[in-house]
Order: sequence, then C-alpha cells, then structure tokens
Amino acid sequence: MEKFTSHTGVGVPLRRSDVDTDQIIPAEYLKRVTRSGFEDGLFSAWRNDPTFVLNNPAYAEGSVLIAGPNFGTGSSREHAVWALQNYGFKAVISPRFGDIFRGNSGKAGLLTGKVDEKVVQRLWDYLDENPGATVTVDLESRTVRAGEGPDAIEDSFDIDDYTRWRLLEGLDDIGITLGHEADIASYEANRPSWKAVTIRG
Amino acid sequence: MGKTLSEKVWDEHVVRSVEGEPDLLFIDLHLIHEVTSPQAFDGLRIAGRQVRRPDLTLATEDHNVPTLDWDKPIADPVSRTQVETLRRNCEEFGVRLHPLGDIEQGIVHVVGPQLGLTQPGMTIVCGDSHTSTHGAFGSIAHGIGTSEVEHVLATQTLPQARPKTMAVTVNGTLPDGVTAKDLILYLITQEGTGGGQGYIVEYRGQAIRELSMEARMTVCNMSIEWGAKAGMIAPDEVTFAYLEDKPEAPKGAEWDAAVAHWKTLVSDDDAEFDKEIVIDAADITPWVTWGTNPGQGAPLGGTVPSPADFEDAIDKVAAENALRYMDLEAGTPLREVTIDTVFVGSCTNGRLEDLREAASVIKGHKVADGTRMLVVPGSARVRLEAEAEGLDLVFKEAGAEWRGAGCSMCLGMNPDTLAPGERSASTSNRNFEGRQGKGGRTHLVSVPVAAATAVRGTLSTPADLVSTSSTNGGN
Ligand code: SF4
Repeated sequence: MEKFTSHTGVGVPLRRSDVDTDQIIPAEYLKRVTRSGFEDGLFSAWRNDPTFVLNNPAYAEGSVLIAGPNFGTGSSREHAVWALQNYGFKAVISPRFGDIFRGNSGKAGLLTGKVDEKVVQRLWDYLDENPGATVTVDLESRTVRAGEGPDAIEDSFDIDDYTRWRLLEGLDDIGITLGHEADIASYEANRPSWKAVTIRG
Repeated sequence: MGKTLSEKVWDEHVVRSVEGEPDLLFIDLHLIHEVTSPQAFDGLRIAGRQVRRPDLTLATEDHNVPTLDWDKPIADPVSRTQVETLRRNCEEFGVRLHPLGDIEQGIVHVVGPQLGLTQPGMTIVCGDSHTSTHGAFGSIAHGIGTSEVEHVLATQTLPQARPKTMAVTVNGTLPDGVTAKDLILYLITQEGTGGGQGYIVEYRGQAIRELSMEARMTVCNMSIEWGAKAGMIAPDEVTFAYLEDKPEAPKGAEWDAAVAHWKTLVSDDDAEFDKEIVIDAADITPWVTWGTNPGQGAPLGGTVPSPADFEDAIDKVAAENALRYMDLEAGTPLREVTIDTVFVGSCTNGRLEDLREAASVIKGHKVADGTRMLVVPGSARVRLEAEAEGLDLVFKEAGAEWRGAGCSMCLGMNPDTLAPGERSASTSNRNFEGRQGKGGRTHLVSVPVAAATAVRGTLSTPADLVSTSSTNGGN
C-alpha cells in the first residue's frame, strides 16, 4: 500500500446524503474478478444525468470527494472503494460514513475524513463558487483546507489513530498480523473441542 | 461490574490486545461466496500465502446464480466466470464448497444456520453485510470487505476496534399479524439508518424471547440497515432446540459441554450498556417503506409522508428525492399503492417458516392480474423441504413463480430484476435506488404483507383479504 501523508486535488461537491454502496457502484458491476477497471461503474445511475457533478468538466480531475452524511452505508462491497480509487479519488470527506465502507477504505488506502456537517456545507458552497478549486487533505495534521484569505476553510477531521498510522506508513494489515503468529497458534491450541468445524480431519 | 453478552463473546476471542491498537480477534467461522472473494484469493496467491484454517471456512454460491435453469450451465458469461473462479479457488485452497445443484447450496446466511455451523458465542464473518443474521444465535457476526476476507483467509483473525454496546429492549408481545420484520422496520424508522452506528446491539425483552429462531434471524439480519456493527440475541432454549439435530451441531458429551457454556452467554444483570432503547411491542403495526432507504418507513395503514413532515433539513431533501424516485405523492394512502412485482425470498425472509407463512396467506387466492409474484427459497434444502410439504403447489396454483435458491431479486445480480419504473413489494432488506434493477422501486414488507399484496395488487395485509372476500359475499 502507498503511503498517504497529504493530498491536494480538485474537490468535488456531492450534494447528497445517504449515498449507499448501491449508488456508488451497482451490483451489476460486481461480477468482475479483478481489482481494477471499476471506474465506469462509479455512480453509474447518475452519470447519464448531464447535471450530475462528475459530468461537469471542471471536476474532471476530481480527487477529493465532499459528500453529505451517511456516505457508504449498505453493503460490504469493497468494490465501492475500488471504484472511487480507480476513478482517481484519494480522499472522501463526510460528516458520517457507513462502518464497513470506512473500514474497507482504510485497508485499501482511500482516506475517509469525518468532519462537522457545517464544514461540508462550507466546502460545498466554496466549490460551487469556484468549480475546479483544490482541497487539501493533510493526514499528518488531520486537517482539511480550501481557499485562501479571510474566507479560507480550515478544519480538523476525525480518523482513528491506528488507521492513520497505517496509512501514513503504508502498511499492509496481513503482514502486521502474521507478525503475531505465535499468539494465534497459542489461542488455537486452547479452543474447546466442541467448536464447530466445516471439515472433519 | 458485570459484562454484556457481546463483551463476553468478544473477550473470549481476543488473541492479542495492546493499548492504542485494535484487538486481534480469532474468527470461528468464515463464510465466503463468489462475489467478494475472487480478489482476496488472488491476493493470497500473489503473496504466496495459504488459507490458514480451511476447516473454519465454508463457501457457497448465491449472489449471482440463476433461479431458473439452475441445473444448466450459467448463461451469463460474466456470472459464470465468477462462479467458476470460486470453484477453482476452493479447489486450490481446500475450502468446502456447496455449489449449485448441491442440497446445501443457497444464500450464505441461510446455509450456515441450517447446517448448524452457526452456533452461540462464535465470531462469524463474511464478505457480505447481512452476516449480522447469525447474531440471532448469540454470536458476534458482521460483514467485512474483500481486504478483510483476504486477512481472515490468511490469518483466521481480524484486527477490530471494540464497538460500543447498546440494548434494544422490546417489551410486551407483538400484536396479531405483526411480525419480526415489522418490528425491525419500525425500529429503523424510529432510529434512522445511522442510529446504530458504532454499536453492537443486543435485542432483548419479552417480544424478542417469543420469536422463533427464523424470526430472530430476520431481526438481526437488518441490524446493518440502521448502521449497527452487529446485532445479537442471547441464546436460550429456543436456540438450543433449533440446533440440536442440525448436522454440524456438537453431539453427545460435546453437546452437553457446548450447551453448558452457551448458557453463560447472557448479559449480566449489573452489566452496563453504552446506550439503551426501550420499545413497546404494542406500538408496532404492519410496516412498509415508502422511500429509498430502510429508515423511510411508515405504518401500512397510514399515508405517504410529506417532506414538510421532517424537521431536519437533510431528511427533508432526502424525502423529496425519495418521493421523486419512487413516484409517490405525499398523502396517498399506502394501501392504494399499486405493486407490479412481489418478491418473497432473501436472507431476511427466505427460510421455510417464511414460505409456510406466505403459502398460508395465499392459499385459495390468485395473484392479481397485472402483478407477478416470485417465490425464491433461501437454499436448495429450503426448496426441497417446501416442496415436500406441497408449498410449491400452493404458490403455483395461485399463479406465482416458484424458483431455485439464491439471492435473486434481493440485489438483481442475476436475471431476476425489476424493469425501470417497476414497483415491488419485497421481503428483502434494502430499498436503495436501483437495488432490484435500474430504475426499480422497492417497498420493503413482511412476508404476510407480501403475500396479501400479491393477491390484491396493492399494498395490503392478510386482514384486507378477509374483508374483501366477505364484502363480495364470501368465497
Ligand atoms: S439475499 Fe440479499 S442481502 Fe442476503 S446475502 Fe443475498 S444479496 Fe445479500
């Protein structure tokens, strides 16, 4: 996994709440067995709508998504994270995320910053007035920034310490866990014999 | 201070716990299916890793499989590739698989319990958010993403931050005609789709104790729909009776040892929850959704709400968007909403008890003109058991379609989808835009409401059938 310290890129105002994973990528795209190429399915139901934000050329290079509350609720499909990443998004900012989506993002290297609803509103307004403007997401200082001068927006975002550390270091979870192999083996040695198994030896 | 049920189960699975890091939890059962596993197996191959515990892993084919011609090769080449990839991966890594055509094939959350592999006090994960279903047995069960699937395959553990605990107590008895599905839809409407976020929820109280195992699974299944990490119900005699003769349940002395332990899996009297909600079963009536998330629900006897009814600005906009998408007019009585397709099935309501209930409502009636009804058993075993009882004939005589087992129209990955603009009454768990097919409109309902709706062609309860036939002079 690549290290994530800070990212500055075009902010995309997605003025919607409760964007569930079926909206992010519908089930019809989930039949693939690869991890790439999901960008065509991203928000696919909305992409035919000429007024949809991603169809505005100003946001063509968008890499920081600013979404309403409850982003990524619904299914466990990590394809939702891959679709955002394949499209070019590096970070999503929202007042509240679906738990599984947020966990998946952390594993796959997509930063999810949780901010106050007011901050989202200000970012939306700023980006609507300045289409194509950039937003900076700084993981080291846990801040999101946009604009300059007296109206500049700067606020902190929430992300748990462990995920932050892993993203900053670019660490693979499985590698970390396999470092605790001895703990796993000793736990296994003490499991009761009546515990269910799928294959009997 | 005592411990809650979830704290007890959690503590029994901690492999490693260090301040400032998530706990490393041991996973007792890992369920897999064709959609969220291919990239995980690929990851193992690339890293040269093995499946650590094939004997704690079980695979089945469900999301993608056809429910017609299921005994022939899968027609859609992309779906076929995905299913074949699962078969190859299971073969290569030594994982037990129940493929299409096998009696234990079916929706992963129906298969675990019917085999008796889902037992109290376990940690159960699956790359599917409705893994919360298994919490009905007093397990910590939740959905995971593909990176985590790979993690569990490689290590049989998962790093997890300890969630907060919540108790939802349902006092009293559910009124006649009100089901577990109504209970959970009611709760989600009250609490919103984010209300359970960050919590493992324990459902308790008299109304919960009075539910069958199947109905408890319906409640826990939809925990994720109000954002909860997992939902649990303490195991009791109902649980033990359900498990006792299941093929993979412990036998003899092992059974006694298991039950002795399972009986300790209750929240202590002095345990403290981070949050508590109390509801009165008497307040619950048949419940349906009118919008595009499971929290947008209302009593079936009521009307479509108006955006003006919502105080919160975001809820107002969400209601406006939902009504536009659903093509509904505020103030319309829900009973007047015309339904094109009725879907009975899914891991929420596709078990034998559900099919029996649907059959008992529809028996002697016909599916309304202009309405189609799809009945999709949750597993091949459920299908065969239903057929042995003649339930298939009841459905066919009524004019409903009787299908093979799978997820089917719950998510429309296979050919069972709604056409754009089509409206369904569905016993599944999600009414998201396009969930059952692009442009499709979903009303989530209980099984008896689904069956009665099929007969009348508009959202209805079984009580409506009785009154129509009596005003028509009997029959
Ligand atoms: S029936 Fe629906 S909710 Fe259940 S596992 Fe299948 S797709 Fe998921």
